[in-house]
Amino acid sequence: MYSFEVERPTSVADAAAALGKDEAQALGGGQTLIPTLKQRLASPSVLVSLAGIADIKGVSVDGGTVTIGGGTTHGVVAAEAGAYPALAALAGNIGDPAVRNRGTIGGSLANNDPSACYPSAALASGATIVTNSREIAADDYFQGLFETALEEGEIVISVKFPIPEAASYQKFEQPASRFALVGVYVAKFADGVRVAVTGASEGGVYRWSEAEAALSGNFSADALDGLTVSGDDMISDLHGSGDYRAHLVKVMTKRAVAAAS
Amino acid sequence: MTEVTMVVNGKSVTKSVKGNTLMTEFLRDELRLTGTHVGCDTSQCGACVIHVNGEAVKGCTMFAAEASGAEVKTIESMENPDGSLGVIQQAFQDHHGLQCGFCTPGMVMSASALLKDNPKPSEAEIRDYLEGNICRCTGYHNIVKAIMAASGQDVSNIAAE
Ligand SMILES: Cc1cc2nc3c(=O)[nH]c(=O)nc-3n(C[C@H](O)[C@H](O)[C@H](O)COP(=O)(O)OP(=O)(O)OC[C@H]3O[C@@H](n4cnc5c(N)ncnc54)[C@H](O)[C@@H]3O)c2cc1C
Ligand code: FES
Ligand code: FES
Repeated sequence: MYSFEVERPTSVADAAAALGKDEAQALGGGQTLIPTLKQRLASPSVLVSLAGIADIKGVSVDGGTVTIGGGTTHGVVAAEAGAYPALAALAGNIGDPAVRNRGTIGGSLANNDPSACYPSAALASGATIVTNSREIAADDYFQGLFETALEEGEIVISVKFPIPEAASYQKFEQPASRFALVGVYVAKFADGVRVAVTGASEGGVYRWSEAEAALSGNFSADALDGLTVSGDDMISDLHGSGDYRAHLVKVMTKRAVAAAS
Repeated sequence: MTEVTMVVNGKSVTKSVKGNTLMTEFLRDELRLTGTHVGCDTSQCGACVIHVNGEAVKGCTMFAAEASGAEVKTIESMENPDGSLGVIQQAFQDHHGLQCGFCTPGMVMSASALLKDNPKPSEAEIRDYLEGNICRCTGYHNIVKAIMAASGQDVSNIAAE
């Protein structure tokens, strides 16, 4: 690793000020960033740890919305987001227990790994990403592989998830990394169904609009029978070809619908 | 350099560390607590699992500076006060839960974190919990058996696979 200092502010304002400095970078749980630093793929001069900021931690429920602080670990979401069971289940299945005790939702959404789990939950739920300067709709937030609407130094303070009538996340695990080879999140709301796919597309997490249309008319796995998914723009690597991933998209969507209904 | 103070295995320590000093480096190189192993150094194998404020974490994927103010426990804290093996360690020995022993510190620390939350885990729950702990030797079976035995469960009917 290159050398850097670690700062540990206790308020969002102090963290934002620290991140305003040259070559400063936020440190969430470090479960993605520390491996990246070890590979010398990042060279910040200051890491601003967000772990000491009590205001951005925890789960709260207000009417039909679950709000998760940006610094909340996957383990805490799994244990405390019971008001939104599909979301709690997703968090409880990220990586392994030690990863879940450190990794945070803010870090996962800021990183936007094309195989990560949380982006699909945020997109399918129509969540709102709240930062220290604005609110961003999930539909505008995810902008491709490792790309988001976040500006330099912007901090994910919380994520507001509307609770659907029914939902399920189905992950086909890449057995070595435990990330999603393909993961599909289906959320059924009174006004329609949203389907988000992770792990599959070269463009990162996306909504499968044909499936949404079919399921909004008839929320059953059979409603997807007539749809085809092309492998053309799918990730192709040693873990699976594009065509294989395309096949999995439909299979996992059906499983999610079956589990949600 | 930053000054860090933390309680490690019940003793308060204060040291000056670099920002990029990992917990594994701090424990092994600064404190000479070499029971915490480094297998992969890439968050995959779990040989480095320690407890920070009671939670299992990978020591290779946390900076010492982040643990300032925390209570840290390592495998060295698992023995009984008289120096004999603790319950989980003894069960690993009794049930042949280790061969080369490289993964064992992490296995024992993960097992201890599991048993704190779930005092009588099922075989499936143990296997699920150990997802991030890799063993190249045992095939896991005797590790699972040792953890069930350590939690006071009857293992006489668990067949060796
Ligand atoms: C063995 C292993 C298995 C894993 N398996 C899975 C899996 O199955 N599914 C999955 O989805 N993920 C998985 N992960 C990734 C894990 O979920 C990470 O915790 C997560 O991607 C990053 O969160 P973090 O808090 O650790 O962020 P960090 O690693 O600290 O940071 C990641 C990036 O986000 C930025 N950042 C952090 N917090 C914020 C914030 N609040 N606001 C703005 N920017 C921020 C950082 O600057 C950095 O660029 C796995 C990781 C490991 C090591
Ligand atoms: S050495 Fe930390 S997980 Fe392998
Ligand atoms: S006993 Fe050798 S790696 Fe587990």
